Amino acid sequence: MEFFPKVVFVFPLFGMNIPVTETVVVTWGIMAGLMIFGYVAGRNFEKIPRGLQNAVEILYEGLESLLKSTMGEGSEGFVPYIGTLAMFLFVANLIGLLTFRPPTADLSTTLALAGITFVLTQYEGLKRKGIVGYIRGFFEPLPFMAPLNIIGQIANPVSLAFRLFGNILGGMIIMNLIYSVVPVLIPAPLHFYFDVFAGILQTFIFIMLTMTFVASAAD
Amino acid sequence: MSAIDGKALILALSALGAGLAMIGTLGTGIGQGIAAGKAAEAVARQPDAQNDIIRTLLLGDAIAETSAIYCLIIALILIFANPLVRLL
Repeated sequence: MEFFPKVVFVFPLFGMNIPVTETVVVTWGIMAGLMIFGYVAGRNFEKIPRGLQNAVEILYEGLESLLKSTMGEGSEGFVPYIGTLAMFLFVANLIGLLTFRPPTADLSTTLALAGITFVLTQYEGLKRKGIVGYIRGFFEPLPFMAPLNIIGQIANPVSLAFRLFGNILGGMIIMNLIYSVVPVLIPAPLHFYFDVFAGILQTFIFIMLTMTFVASAAD
Repeated sequence: MSAIDGKALILALSALGAGLAMIGTLGTGIGQGIAAGKAAEAVARQPDAQNDIIRTLLLGDAIAETSAIYCLIIALILIFANPLVRLL
Protein backbone atom coordinates (compact mmCIF):
# COMPACT_ATOMS: atom_id res chain seq x y z
CA MET A 1 0.00 0.00 0.00
CA GLU A 2 1.43 3.34 -0.97
CA PHE A 3 1.39 6.02 1.72
CA PHE A 4 3.81 8.41 0.10
CA PRO A 5 3.00 9.57 -3.44
CA LYS A 6 4.95 7.80 -6.17
CA VAL A 7 7.72 9.67 -7.98
CA VAL A 8 6.67 9.81 -11.63
CA PHE A 9 9.88 11.25 -13.11
CA VAL A 10 12.96 13.15 -12.01
CA PHE A 11 13.41 16.68 -13.31
CA PRO A 12 17.04 17.84 -13.56
CA LEU A 13 17.50 21.49 -12.61
CA PHE A 14 20.82 23.27 -11.94
CA GLY A 15 22.58 19.98 -11.28
CA MET A 16 19.97 18.87 -8.75
CA ASN A 17 17.51 16.12 -9.47
CA ILE A 18 14.06 17.24 -8.40
CA PRO A 19 11.63 14.36 -7.96
CA VAL A 20 8.22 15.12 -9.47
CA THR A 21 5.54 13.16 -7.63
CA GLU A 22 2.16 11.91 -8.72
CA THR A 23 0.59 14.76 -6.72
CA VAL A 24 2.22 17.42 -8.89
CA VAL A 25 1.33 15.67 -12.14
CA VAL A 26 -2.33 15.18 -11.15
CA THR A 27 -2.53 18.79 -9.86
CA TRP A 28 -1.27 20.10 -13.20
CA GLY A 29 -3.80 17.88 -14.97
CA ILE A 30 -6.62 19.30 -12.84
CA MET A 31 -5.36 22.85 -13.44
CA ALA A 32 -5.31 22.27 -17.21
CA GLY A 33 -8.81 20.78 -17.08
CA LEU A 34 -10.19 23.70 -15.06
CA MET A 35 -8.53 26.24 -17.36
CA ILE A 36 -10.05 24.58 -20.42
CA PHE A 37 -13.43 24.50 -18.65
CA GLY A 38 -13.09 28.18 -17.78
CA TYR A 39 -12.21 29.07 -21.36
CA VAL A 40 -15.05 27.04 -22.87
CA ALA A 41 -17.62 28.23 -20.31
CA GLY A 42 -16.60 31.90 -20.45
CA ARG A 43 -15.93 32.16 -24.18
CA ASN A 44 -19.14 33.79 -25.34
CA PHE A 45 -21.48 35.09 -22.66
CA GLU A 46 -24.79 36.40 -23.89
CA LYS A 47 -27.46 38.62 -22.41
CA ILE A 48 -29.93 35.75 -22.40
CA PRO A 49 -28.08 32.70 -21.05
CA ARG A 50 -28.45 29.28 -22.58
CA GLY A 51 -26.79 25.93 -22.27
CA LEU A 52 -23.58 25.90 -20.25
CA GLN A 53 -23.90 29.57 -19.29
CA ASN A 54 -26.97 28.71 -17.18
CA ALA A 55 -25.01 26.16 -15.16
CA VAL A 56 -22.08 28.53 -14.67
CA GLU A 57 -24.37 31.34 -13.54
CA ILE A 58 -26.10 29.07 -11.04
CA LEU A 59 -22.68 28.09 -9.66
CA TYR A 60 -21.57 31.73 -9.38
CA GLU A 61 -24.78 33.00 -7.82
CA GLY A 62 -24.91 30.12 -5.34
CA LEU A 63 -21.37 30.90 -4.25
CA GLU A 64 -22.11 34.61 -4.02
CA SER A 65 -25.17 34.08 -1.80
CA LEU A 66 -23.17 31.67 0.40
CA LEU A 67 -20.46 34.34 0.77
CA LYS A 68 -23.00 37.03 1.59
CA SER A 69 -24.72 34.91 4.23
CA THR A 70 -21.40 33.95 5.85
CA MET A 71 -19.33 37.11 5.54
CA GLY A 72 -22.00 39.77 5.19
CA GLU A 73 -22.54 42.32 2.42
CA GLY A 74 -19.59 43.70 0.49
CA SER A 75 -17.74 40.38 0.29
CA GLU A 76 -18.14 39.89 -3.47
CA GLY A 77 -14.41 40.43 -3.93
CA PHE A 78 -13.74 37.02 -2.45
CA VAL A 79 -15.86 35.10 -4.96
CA PRO A 80 -12.94 34.44 -7.38
CA TYR A 81 -10.66 33.05 -4.67
CA ILE A 82 -13.35 30.98 -2.92
CA GLY A 83 -14.68 29.80 -6.28
CA THR A 84 -11.26 28.67 -7.47
CA LEU A 85 -10.68 26.90 -4.16
CA ALA A 86 -14.07 25.19 -4.32
CA MET A 87 -13.65 24.02 -7.91
CA PHE A 88 -10.08 22.81 -7.41
CA LEU A 89 -10.86 20.96 -4.17
CA PHE A 90 -14.04 19.45 -5.61
CA VAL A 91 -12.20 17.98 -8.59
CA ALA A 92 -9.12 17.06 -6.54
CA ASN A 93 -11.14 15.18 -3.92
CA LEU A 94 -13.24 13.32 -6.47
CA ILE A 95 -10.41 12.42 -8.86
CA GLY A 96 -9.76 9.29 -6.80
CA LEU A 97 -12.80 7.84 -8.58
CA LEU A 98 -10.83 7.96 -11.83
CA THR A 99 -8.07 5.81 -10.23
CA PHE A 100 -5.74 8.80 -9.81
CA ARG A 101 -4.25 9.58 -6.43
CA PRO A 102 -6.06 12.64 -5.03
CA PRO A 103 -3.60 15.58 -4.73
CA THR A 104 -5.25 16.48 -1.42
CA ALA A 105 -3.97 13.19 0.05
CA ASP A 106 -0.56 14.88 0.13
CA LEU A 107 0.23 17.22 3.01
CA SER A 108 2.16 19.55 0.66
CA THR A 109 -0.98 20.44 -1.30
CA THR A 110 -3.21 21.03 1.71
CA LEU A 111 -0.54 23.00 3.60
CA ALA A 112 -0.01 25.20 0.54
CA LEU A 113 -3.73 25.90 0.23
CA ALA A 114 -4.04 26.58 3.97
CA GLY A 115 -0.99 28.85 3.68
CA ILE A 116 -2.72 30.93 0.99
CA THR A 117 -5.76 31.24 3.26
CA PHE A 118 -3.52 32.20 6.19
CA VAL A 119 -1.83 34.99 4.21
CA LEU A 120 -5.21 36.21 2.99
CA THR A 121 -6.55 36.22 6.55
CA GLN A 122 -3.60 38.20 7.92
CA TYR A 123 -3.68 40.62 4.97
CA GLU A 124 -7.39 41.20 5.44
CA GLY A 125 -6.90 41.83 9.16
CA LEU A 126 -4.06 44.25 8.43
CA LYS A 127 -6.08 46.08 5.78
CA ARG A 128 -9.25 46.42 7.84
CA LYS A 129 -7.72 47.31 11.20
CA GLY A 130 -4.59 49.15 10.16
CA ILE A 131 -1.11 48.25 11.40
CA VAL A 132 -1.68 49.57 14.93
CA GLY A 133 -5.03 47.88 15.36
CA TYR A 134 -3.63 44.65 13.90
CA ILE A 135 -0.77 44.52 16.41
CA ARG A 136 -3.02 45.61 19.25
CA GLY A 137 -5.35 42.73 18.35
CA PHE A 138 -2.71 40.29 19.58
CA PHE A 139 -2.59 41.91 23.02
CA GLU A 140 -6.30 41.63 23.69
CA PRO A 141 -8.01 41.06 26.05
CA LEU A 142 -4.90 41.07 28.27
CA PRO A 143 -1.29 41.84 27.21
CA PHE A 144 0.23 38.62 28.56
CA MET A 145 -2.07 36.59 26.31
CA ALA A 146 -0.10 37.58 23.19
CA PRO A 147 1.68 34.19 22.85
CA LEU A 148 -1.66 32.40 23.08
CA ASN A 149 -3.15 34.64 20.40
CA ILE A 150 -0.18 34.05 18.09
CA ILE A 151 -0.40 30.28 18.59
CA GLY A 152 -4.12 30.49 17.95
CA GLN A 153 -3.50 32.26 14.64
CA ILE A 154 -0.94 29.68 13.53
CA ALA A 155 -3.07 26.73 14.65
CA ASN A 156 -5.86 27.72 12.26
CA PRO A 157 -4.08 26.94 8.96
CA VAL A 158 -2.38 23.87 10.48
CA SER A 159 -5.68 22.35 11.55
CA LEU A 160 -7.23 23.36 8.22
CA ALA A 161 -4.50 21.54 6.31
CA PHE A 162 -4.45 18.45 8.53
CA ARG A 163 -8.25 18.12 8.46
CA LEU A 164 -8.43 17.91 4.67
CA PHE A 165 -5.30 15.77 4.43
CA GLY A 166 -6.40 13.36 7.16
CA ASN A 167 -9.89 12.92 5.81
CA ILE A 168 -8.87 12.24 2.22
CA LEU A 169 -5.86 10.08 3.11
CA GLY A 170 -7.88 8.16 5.72
CA GLY A 171 -10.59 7.44 3.16
CA MET A 172 -7.98 6.36 0.63
CA ILE A 173 -6.29 3.98 3.09
CA ILE A 174 -9.59 2.44 4.19
CA MET A 175 -10.59 1.91 0.55
CA ASN A 176 -7.19 0.29 -0.14
CA LEU A 177 -7.67 -2.04 2.85
CA ILE A 178 -11.17 -2.98 1.69
CA TYR A 179 -9.88 -3.64 -1.83
CA SER A 180 -7.22 -5.95 -0.43
CA VAL A 181 -9.88 -7.97 1.46
CA VAL A 182 -12.81 -8.03 -1.00
CA PRO A 183 -11.83 -6.67 -4.40
CA VAL A 184 -15.29 -7.02 -6.01
CA LEU A 185 -18.80 -5.63 -5.46
CA ILE A 186 -18.43 -4.50 -1.81
CA PRO A 187 -16.12 -1.48 -2.45
CA ALA A 188 -18.47 0.10 -5.02
CA PRO A 189 -21.09 1.52 -2.58
CA LEU A 190 -18.37 2.46 -0.10
CA HIS A 191 -16.86 4.79 -2.71
CA PHE A 192 -20.00 6.89 -2.35
CA TYR A 193 -19.22 7.51 1.28
CA PHE A 194 -15.43 7.73 1.33
CA ASP A 195 -14.89 9.49 -1.99
CA VAL A 196 -18.07 11.31 -3.02
CA PHE A 197 -19.64 12.24 0.33
CA ALA A 198 -16.42 12.92 2.24
CA GLY A 199 -14.89 14.72 -0.74
CA ILE A 200 -17.80 17.11 -1.23
CA LEU A 201 -18.20 17.65 2.51
CA GLN A 202 -14.51 18.46 2.98
CA THR A 203 -14.61 20.88 0.03
CA PHE A 204 -17.56 22.65 1.63
CA ILE A 205 -15.92 22.71 5.06
CA PHE A 206 -12.63 24.04 3.69
CA ILE A 207 -14.28 26.98 1.92
CA MET A 208 -16.64 27.61 4.86
CA LEU A 209 -13.73 27.75 7.30
CA THR A 210 -11.74 29.97 4.94
CA MET A 211 -14.68 32.39 4.81
CA THR A 212 -15.11 32.27 8.59
CA PHE A 213 -11.42 32.95 9.22
CA VAL A 214 -11.34 35.86 6.80
CA ALA A 215 -14.56 37.30 8.22
CA SER A 216 -13.33 36.98 11.80
CA ALA A 217 -10.00 38.60 10.91
CA ALA A 218 -11.84 41.67 9.68
CA ASP A 219 -13.55 42.47 12.96
CA MET B 1 13.39 -18.45 23.21
CA SER B 2 15.28 -16.46 20.65
CA ALA B 3 16.32 -12.90 21.41
CA ILE B 4 13.96 -10.20 20.19
CA ASP B 5 15.38 -7.89 17.58
CA GLY B 6 15.27 -4.23 18.67
CA LYS B 7 13.70 -3.07 15.43
CA ALA B 8 11.00 -5.72 15.60
CA LEU B 9 10.18 -4.67 19.16
CA ILE B 10 9.89 -1.01 18.14
CA LEU B 11 7.68 -1.87 15.16
CA ALA B 12 5.43 -4.11 17.24
CA LEU B 13 4.98 -1.52 19.97
CA SER B 14 4.45 1.20 17.35
CA ALA B 15 1.63 -0.81 15.81
CA LEU B 16 0.12 -1.16 19.29
CA GLY B 17 0.60 2.56 19.87
CA ALA B 18 -1.11 3.37 16.57
CA GLY B 19 -4.12 1.37 17.69
CA LEU B 20 -4.13 3.03 21.10
CA ALA B 21 -3.83 6.49 19.54
CA MET B 22 -7.13 5.95 17.77
CA ILE B 23 -8.89 5.70 21.18
CA GLY B 24 -8.71 9.49 21.14
CA THR B 25 -11.40 9.56 18.47
CA LEU B 26 -13.88 8.46 21.15
CA GLY B 27 -14.24 12.01 22.41
CA THR B 28 -14.91 13.34 18.92
CA GLY B 29 -17.59 10.72 18.40
CA ILE B 30 -19.36 11.66 21.62
CA GLY B 31 -19.03 15.38 20.89
CA GLN B 32 -20.37 15.12 17.35
CA GLY B 33 -23.23 12.97 18.62
CA ILE B 34 -24.20 15.63 21.16
CA ALA B 35 -23.94 18.34 18.49
CA ALA B 36 -26.12 16.36 16.07
CA GLY B 37 -28.69 15.75 18.83
CA LYS B 38 -28.85 19.45 19.64
CA ALA B 39 -29.17 20.25 15.94
CA ALA B 40 -32.10 17.83 15.66
CA GLU B 41 -33.75 19.58 18.63
CA ALA B 42 -33.16 22.96 17.01
CA VAL B 43 -34.68 21.82 13.71
CA ALA B 44 -37.70 20.41 15.58
CA ARG B 45 -38.20 23.76 17.30
CA GLN B 46 -37.54 25.94 14.24
CA PRO B 47 -37.96 24.02 10.97
CA ASP B 48 -37.57 27.27 8.98
CA ALA B 49 -33.96 27.67 10.07
CA GLN B 50 -32.97 24.18 8.90
CA ASN B 51 -30.38 25.32 6.34
CA ASP B 52 -28.58 27.61 8.78
CA ILE B 53 -28.63 24.92 11.47
CA ILE B 54 -27.18 22.28 9.15
CA ARG B 55 -24.45 24.65 8.01
CA THR B 56 -23.53 25.54 11.59
CA LEU B 57 -23.60 21.86 12.54
CA LEU B 58 -21.22 20.90 9.73
CA LEU B 59 -18.84 23.72 10.63
CA GLY B 60 -18.89 22.76 14.31
CA ASP B 61 -18.37 19.10 13.47
CA ALA B 62 -15.39 20.02 11.32
CA ILE B 63 -13.78 21.84 14.23
CA ALA B 64 -14.59 19.05 16.69
CA GLU B 65 -13.11 16.56 14.26
CA THR B 66 -9.66 18.13 14.48
CA SER B 67 -8.60 16.08 17.51
CA ALA B 68 -9.70 12.86 15.81
CA ILE B 69 -7.71 13.82 12.72
CA TYR B 70 -4.62 14.43 14.87
CA CYS B 71 -5.09 10.92 16.34
CA LEU B 72 -5.29 9.52 12.81
CA ILE B 73 -2.16 11.41 11.74
CA ILE B 74 -0.23 10.09 14.77
CA ALA B 75 -1.36 6.55 14.00
CA LEU B 76 -0.38 6.93 10.33
CA ILE B 77 3.04 8.33 11.24
CA LEU B 78 3.65 5.45 13.66
CA ILE B 79 2.79 2.91 10.96
CA PHE B 80 4.17 4.42 7.72
CA ALA B 81 6.85 6.94 8.71
CA ASN B 82 8.05 5.67 12.05
CA PRO B 83 10.56 8.13 13.52
CA LEU B 84 11.57 5.76 16.33
CA VAL B 85 13.23 3.10 14.16
CA ARG B 86 15.83 5.63 13.03
CA LEU B 87 16.93 6.14 16.65
CA LEU B 88 18.35 2.61 16.88
